[in-house]
Amino acid sequence: MTKTNVAKQGNTNLTDLDSFRADTRVWLEENCPASMRTPAPEDEVVWGGRNAVFKHPDSKIWLDRMAAKGWTCPTWPAEYGGGGLDKAQSLILAEEMQRISARPPLVSFGISMLGPVLLEMATHEQKLEHIPKIVRGEIRWCQGYSEPGAGSDLAGLGTKAILDGDHYVINGSKIWTSYADKADWIFCLVRTDFDVPKHSGISFILFDMQTPGVTTKPIKLISGNSVFCETFFDDVRVPARNVIGRLNDGWTIAKRLLQHERTMISGFGLSSGRNNRAGLTGSLELTAMKYRGDTGKLSDPALRDQIAQFKIDSEAFAFTSQRSAQEAKLSKGPNATSSMLKNYGCELNKRRYELLLQAVGTQALGWESLTADASDFAPEELAVAREWLRSKGNSIEGGTYEVQLNVIAKRVLGLPDMTSMIVKQ
Amino acid sequence: MSLVLNEDQLMLQESARAFCREQASVAVLRSMRDIKDPIGYPKALWQSMVELGWAGMAIPEAFCGYEFGYSGLGIVLEETGRTLVPTPLVSTVLLSATAINLAGSHEQKSLLLPAVVAGGSVIAFALEEGSFHDPLMVSLSAVKTADGYVLEGEKKFVLDAASADHLIVVARTAGKPGETAGISLFVLDAKTHGIVVKPLSMVDSRSAANVSFDKVVVSSSALLGNEGAAWRALERTLDIARICLSAEMLGSIQEVFERTVEYLKQRTQFGVQIGAFQALQHRAALMYSEVELCKSLVRKALSELDRGDAAQDIPALASMCKAKLSEVSALISNEGVQMHGGIGMTDEFDLGFFLKRARVAQQTLGDVLFHRDRYASLRGF
Repeated sequence: MTKTNVAKQGNTNLTDLDSFRADTRVWLEENCPASMRTPAPEDEVVWGGRNAVFKHPDSKIWLDRMAAKGWTCPTWPAEYGGGGLDKAQSLILAEEMQRISARPPLVSFGISMLGPVLLEMATHEQKLEHIPKIVRGEIRWCQGYSEPGAGSDLAGLGTKAILDGDHYVINGSKIWTSYADKADWIFCLVRTDFDVPKHSGISFILFDMQTPGVTTKPIKLISGNSVFCETFFDDVRVPARNVIGRLNDGWTIAKRLLQHERTMISGFGLSSGRNNRAGLTGSLELTAMKYRGDTGKLSDPALRDQIAQFKIDSEAFAFTSQRSAQEAKLSKGPNATSSMLKNYGCELNKRRYELLLQAVGTQALGWESLTADASDFAPEELAVAREWLRSKGNSIEGGTYEVQLNVIAKRVLGLPDMTSMIVKQ
Repeated sequence: MSLVLNEDQLMLQESARAFCREQASVAVLRSMRDIKDPIGYPKALWQSMVELGWAGMAIPEAFCGYEFGYSGLGIVLEETGRTLVPTPLVSTVLLSATAINLAGSHEQKSLLLPAVVAGGSVIAFALEEGSFHDPLMVSLSAVKTADGYVLEGEKKFVLDAASADHLIVVARTAGKPGETAGISLFVLDAKTHGIVVKPLSMVDSRSAANVSFDKVVVSSSALLGNEGAAWRALERTLDIARICLSAEMLGSIQEVFERTVEYLKQRTQFGVQIGAFQALQHRAALMYSEVELCKSLVRKALSELDRGDAAQDIPALASMCKAKLSEVSALISNEGVQMHGGIGMTDEFDLGFFLKRARVAQQTLGDVLFHRDRYASLRGF
């Protein structure tokens, strides 16, 4: 924590917080459109960018008002357009927004992944160039990490960046780039040194997706269309000043950023035990009973036992997330559990969908088709099949299940590292 | 609500751990087993624990207890679980004292609870009648007479019955097995005529017995609470005991897990520590995740109990604890033996004691199937 932050926390006494809450409440009351006080359907979520889509007209008003105060990124420094709030104030803002069910004005990888890393590692000039545009939702970012030949072994990436004057010339390709076809800029891992161990020759670089030589191609998944793309770089010229942090020190930044990503993904499991979802995914047990015509008690004892086990694990997982957050606050090592939470959360989500298939039977296995009779399968039944298939990716994206188990074994349990023995040989 | 231990609780944990390591290690249980001790727990050692306040932690100050709370009692139980030291904590403190406190009259509490706190009294809790935990299937009858009751029937798997000075008996004064109405609690002197205690030899070497009641005559004052209306107090007693027993199981689980991880770092085969093999690493990492979930559940349930009248969702929390801890206890004890290899199978090594205790603890007060079923009913499916 910086000195200014400490000073700030010291100065923000209880009375100040109370008046901050009162002011915030009044401001939200006046500025949050009534239509933005409902959960956002997926197609109304605002991602920002040069081609930002505001399906609901009020969502632009809401974004502009929040961005003007820096409250899209409440804790980021005001000098870069952020809200400049301390932790206590930002908590109050979140509570007050939750109180009126206000939608997040802006969702983006710039906010959840890149921004925190830039604030920590970038130069003042780089922050000035990029942070305000993230806060205002003017630039939409995508992540160029995985490659066809570098998945779990991410550090084995081969996209090359060769210095030519004051520019790097980038050649290679990325895969699983979420929303690459909709993004304006990319934060990208490239190889800048070829004669050192693989972790030591990687740099973290930013560039515009409109630069000549960048092309993208959407990927169709087993669940149907997806947000993922393949991204190709063919002699893409990028100013050398766009490297973040030290040259060849990109791996440090990459790992830092992955921690933010994992925290985001582990949230999937938290909601998987709750009953507040729309459609059939709402309550596993009630769905199972409905499709069997049961009242009072689920008639299949084996399925009932499995659902009970799933729900107990979900509740225990939620308590573990709470405990982990409390331990982090007391700074007793927050990251010991982050790999474990990511894994358990993803496995819970996968289990939920497997149980849902058992709960619903063949009605959950329909697939949309132009020739099919629309009355055969309800839309929420068709959604189950797609979401079940999509859930299989939970334990692959953001570091596979197996990689997370390796991390727990080595970092948390202190077991010896066989891969380093192999590398040495 | 905090799921992290505070300063006082950390100090308690440290002192309880030191005591168990130094004076109440697994060697104590081993020697009790080897000499076939009929009492089943070391009396002098129990007195030392009583002096540390362990018997009175959750008992109200009005009855000479310390009111340190269930979180504190849970911490102590975790440590006794780590060394498997046999004590009358489950029978006397978790079950009987709780039942007396919840159902008893002021007079009964004043008479019985201070003696528990001071350690002079061991009170067994006679509940089960079959080989599976089923608190509603009570058929032992208590027939009303002019000035009391006559008890007739059999109880199984009664912990510490052989050394108990008193028994609490779950009996039926009305209704049929399976019904909540008609269940009554009685507190009896263990030497009452007609009571026959037949000690069992259990795999975990702890003391349990089958107890038969042949026309046992008791006075009206033996009744705890109202006749036929004990179910609510009994159920809450069982839930408290299930949560606290889960704390003991958590201690055993952590101990076996830590010993196993340590062994993976020490044992060398094929020229490397076996802990370098991914087949073992991943299983260890999965066990770690399950142990973390167990910790969170037990902490949550204990701190909820400490909210007293404001406590919420205790029945479901108790069943979640006992179901999850039973499941993970089986996993860890099995993997512990497997990962230790041949040495894990030897009697000389301690691991077998944990495996044996794990299974008895799993069955005590309801196994994983019982509690998933109960949880499902509580959650409405």
